[in-house]
Amino acid sequence: MNAADIPILSIMLAIPVVAAAFCLFVRAEKARLIALVATLANLALGVVLWLSYDPAGAQWQFTEAATLFGPIGWRLGIDGISLTLIMLSVFLMPICIGASWTSIQKRVGEYMAAFLLMETLMIGVFAAQDLLLFYIFFEAGLIPMYLIIGIWGGQDRIYASYKFFLYTLLGSLVMLIAMLWMIQFAGTADIPTLLNTDFPVEAQKWLWFAFFASFAVKMPMWPVHTWLPDAHVQAPTAGSVILAGVLLKMGGYGFLRFSLPMFPEASADFIPLVFGLSMVAVVYTSLVALVQQDMKKLIAYSSVAHMAIVTIGLFTFNQQGIEGAIIVMLSHGLVSGALFLCVGVIYDRLHTREISRYGGLSVNMPKYALLFMLFTMASVGLPGTSGFVGEFLSLAGAYKVSTWATLIATTGIILGAGYMLYLYRRIAFGPQVNADAAAMSDVNGREMWLLAPIAVVVLWMGVYPETFLAPIRRDVATIVARVERAAPAGDSKIKLVDPTTAPYRVVHGPEKNMAEGSH
Amino acid sequence: MTAIHIIVFLPLLAALVAGLGQRFIGALAAKTITTAGLFIAAFLSWPIFIGFLSGSETAYVQPVMTWVQSGDLTFDWELRVDALTAVMLVVITSVSALVHLYSWGYMEEDPDQSRFFAYLSLFTFAMLMLVTANNLVQMFFGWEGVGLASYLLIGFWYKKPSANAAAIKAFVVNRVGDLGFMLGIFGIFWLFGTVSIPEILAAAPDKVGSSIGFLGLRVDTMSLLCILLFIGAMGKSAQLGLHTWLPDAMEGPTPVSALIHAATMVTAGVFMVCRLSPLFETSQFALNVVTIVGATTAIFAATVGLVQTDIKRVIAYSTCSQLGYMFFAAGSGAYGAAMFHLFTHAFFKALLFLGAGSVIHAMHHEQDMRYYGGLRKHIPLTFWAMMAGTLAITGVGIVGVGGFAGFYSKDAIIEAAFASGSTYHMYGFAIGVIAALLTSFYSWRLMFLTFFGKPRWEQSEHIQHAVHDHGDHDHEHDHDAHAHATTRDGTAGYHPHESPWSMLTPLALLTLGAVFAGFVFHNQFIEAEAGKAFWANSTLYFNEHLMHAMHEVPMWVKLSSTVAMLLGLITAFSMYQLSKDAPQRLAATFAPIYRFLLNKWYFDELYSFLFVRPAFWFGRLFWKQGDIGIIDRFGPNGSAAAVSFGSKMAVRMQSGYLYTYALVMLLGLVVAVSWMMVRI
Repeated sequence: MNAADIPILSIMLAIPVVAAAFCLFVRAEKARLIALVATLANLALGVVLWLSYDPAGAQWQFTEAATLFGPIGWRLGIDGISLTLIMLSVFLMPICIGASWTSIQKRVGEYMAAFLLMETLMIGVFAAQDLLLFYIFFEAGLIPMYLIIGIWGGQDRIYASYKFFLYTLLGSLVMLIAMLWMIQFAGTADIPTLLNTDFPVEAQKWLWFAFFASFAVKMPMWPVHTWLPDAHVQAPTAGSVILAGVLLKMGGYGFLRFSLPMFPEASADFIPLVFGLSMVAVVYTSLVALVQQDMKKLIAYSSVAHMAIVTIGLFTFNQQGIEGAIIVMLSHGLVSGALFLCVGVIYDRLHTREISRYGGLSVNMPKYALLFMLFTMASVGLPGTSGFVGEFLSLAGAYKVSTWATLIATTGIILGAGYMLYLYRRIAFGPQVNADAAAMSDVNGREMWLLAPIAVVVLWMGVYPETFLAPIRRDVATIVARVERAAPAGDSKIKLVDPTTAPYRVVHGPEKNMAEGSH
Repeated sequence: MTAIHIIVFLPLLAALVAGLGQRFIGALAAKTITTAGLFIAAFLSWPIFIGFLSGSETAYVQPVMTWVQSGDLTFDWELRVDALTAVMLVVITSVSALVHLYSWGYMEEDPDQSRFFAYLSLFTFAMLMLVTANNLVQMFFGWEGVGLASYLLIGFWYKKPSANAAAIKAFVVNRVGDLGFMLGIFGIFWLFGTVSIPEILAAAPDKVGSSIGFLGLRVDTMSLLCILLFIGAMGKSAQLGLHTWLPDAMEGPTPVSALIHAATMVTAGVFMVCRLSPLFETSQFALNVVTIVGATTAIFAATVGLVQTDIKRVIAYSTCSQLGYMFFAAGSGAYGAAMFHLFTHAFFKALLFLGAGSVIHAMHHEQDMRYYGGLRKHIPLTFWAMMAGTLAITGVGIVGVGGFAGFYSKDAIIEAAFASGSTYHMYGFAIGVIAALLTSFYSWRLMFLTFFGKPRWEQSEHIQHAVHDHGDHDHEHDHDAHAHATTRDGTAGYHPHESPWSMLTPLALLTLGAVFAGFVFHNQFIEAEAGKAFWANSTLYFNEHLMHAMHEVPMWVKLSSTVAMLLGLITAFSMYQLSKDAPQRLAATFAPIYRFLLNKWYFDELYSFLFVRPAFWFGRLFWKQGDIGIIDRFGPNGSAAAVSFGSKMAVRMQSGYLYTYALVMLLGLVVAVSWMMVRI
């Protein structure tokens, strides 16, 4: 039997939808169970997908094609980059269901249905091979998120979703127009074909900007990031996990799938813009994170800083930078998801996100303190955790393009240590000044089952990242080869002006992608 | 599975078992496992070291596992064993094993012992990964790993706000150095196409004289890379500018200070420069910077050490100063001498710290030397151990005959600096001699204040508490008399006790090191022929000509450090033994200088003013004015219409936007699809 014979991607898209339909009509306990079983089934299918994916095989695997209506085609298929992001999604989903097990008590069926629907849409974004199909998944994915924030959110959920709405609306409309133009130009909405279409350089700029408007908001990049802290603060724990874990990755995925390979020249032209915004983001949002009093806001701002490393890595045009950016996306998905879960654990007990209401939790919650420490260290990029591998590779790639950008972005390791350790200190260390916080119980079995798997993967990715680099290596190389013709010379210009030894060669080794522009 | 695998990974295993399994196995088992693990590692390390000393071992690399392959950037987990590693192996495992043993006594009453021992072993693992690294990224792994362990151990007593602040400070200041280290690695990768240490060192000479772009400037390639890496070394080894975390790190339990902040972690910077010495040799500019920073740190820290009253802080500044010596030795090209001082310093400084811990233990956690005095008779074994440490650090010995450990290593550094001859190295030489005088003074001051004179314990709150508690238990009826216990002999009725055997055994063994390490090993470390043979099995660049020249320096140079040492001793003796009020009078006469030194040259205040407070100020500015005041105001809250729209919607159904949004999206799609259909 060949795994390619089964429409595994369609099945993965269908399972949550069917389960969601059931959830709407059953009691709370049943809905929880259905959601858990469905997401676990998808996780199992994801593992099958992972194991049967051949890194040396065709670029697009598990492809499916069917005609929907009109020009929109039900075309699915994944490469290694999609695979890792789908894995991230299906891995986090059961954890989200588990995180909502007791904390969500109203309209449970609908809540679970919203999450399941979101899973379908997330997988769809990463698996779509049709431009319009992608657009549908990409934009519709926000609808369940609105519902989750709007119905099960906190006090100011309306303002949060209003902000979300305004930011997203403009970007997505502009992107749609650009997509239509592209389809008209290329005569097809097939993404693999579009990936090899050379758009006129002049048109690329407008198209690039149209996509940028949408992806920059999703990332989010400074200065269109202000919806994120509000959305996180208002969302329930699982909502934050999925928002930080997967939804923020859609912007990066978009840059990677569309902006870079489809508009290489424009991407190269706009490097100063992307790097500039990212440099500002690292310093600016890190400093803002430092002064936050609300745990979720702090982690939300740190997300913006981490995503800035992603955008820098993506626009380095070299293997290290882009692979690093993908690893940062995966790592951030896990680590920030875990950090939001950590917030959820104590929020469930004390019902406040105010940092100063906690303190000294190491005494009464030692297991919690240990896990929280691990994720804190992963967030600050300690070697041995996933955070380091990604940051190191993206910044190493960035050095070739711009030493200034690298220097400024690398200050993130100092500032990140500052705000995360300051947060940890105020929550887990110090005297136990709040009696109610001191009386909280340590993580229970259910919470352990949510956090421990993430901890394992975070360490795995830090110590043996090859598991995650292997599937993306060839696809990143494809992108690098595609954009090579526009690769930047770089401000650092690691080139030696050495009168005694000419001709000079920059990089030793057989590679082609990075020697470009150095001479 | 070879010995080196066991040496490196056994401490990790022990740390995991003790740390994660403490609930199941209990504190005793956790302590036993970690301590036994370290003793096994130490017993396996010495044969490797002796093998290299005798020339029977040669350098090799043991692969462990692949780590990262990204394009042509690849680095693996691997264990490099050579003479340089071997030196570090014995230092790390021996001191760590002894510190583990010592902690049985020192931490006996602590309820969190398992965690403490787990951290110690975790630290040892990270340090071993650092010194066995065969590529820069694994070195960085160890580098950050020891930083984590240091952070956890400084903040071990996490209920103390001061300990937490010190822990964060240590981590963040180190990260400033790490920024340089990381940029250095990036630059090296793009220049050499590899991060493998041997490959870099082999390729480095080809790049001499070339230039490179950095931040829009055009600079000398090798100088840039060496300086970036050296910034990392400055952070870890607490050199001037990035030193501020080290004195505060004394908030950690004293065994931690001995292991991490004296013998091992803080020497990582020196180790890095020696490991990469062929790289540093390609840039005279970088070497000059290393020399100046090292020498200036040596004198700076020594001056501050003169006036500190906390026994641990005196030793901490002393460590900072001695690390400066090691750096200017390296900057002078005498890498062998730098490693030799690192080696001997590990023993005598660990001894001094553990001795201080024994004093603190005896004095009921009082650390202020002003409340010590006369302890010689009460804790004689500790006294003699500290005496050996002091004789070693001040470099007591007779030229041409022999002496304590520091006599060999410190004199070698001073002579090598002189022999190097350039202006920068003469600066190092002059500073080295003056700092030797100051070292002698503050070391003897510590001894006189602690062990000689009359007890001054009754003013100590800690001692008062101890006596008070004692009174509560034994004499409930005359509580008052004890609460304000004052006795004519200044002891407040308190009787310090000598520490238990678990603490005295490490002191005894380290005393052997402090006395004999210089005499036994100086041949292989710094003598021209034997040294060349020994270091040939490593990446260390051994300059035998310099070592020859070192022996040819004039007699006055050789005697200068001994004279400085004697002057320091005499001054300390006259100030703290003969005259009772000389220190106070001196402090009053030179009040501004005294305050300047007492406040550590005002570095903390300066940094707070320059970095810490602005960071928070800008954070608030960006948040309140930037995000809320500008972006939100002109963005989503934009026009009055948008605001009214928002508030109108807010009173409607919760998901009002949702429908609008879905509608807009649907409309867009319908338009799109119909348009396509018409076209096709």
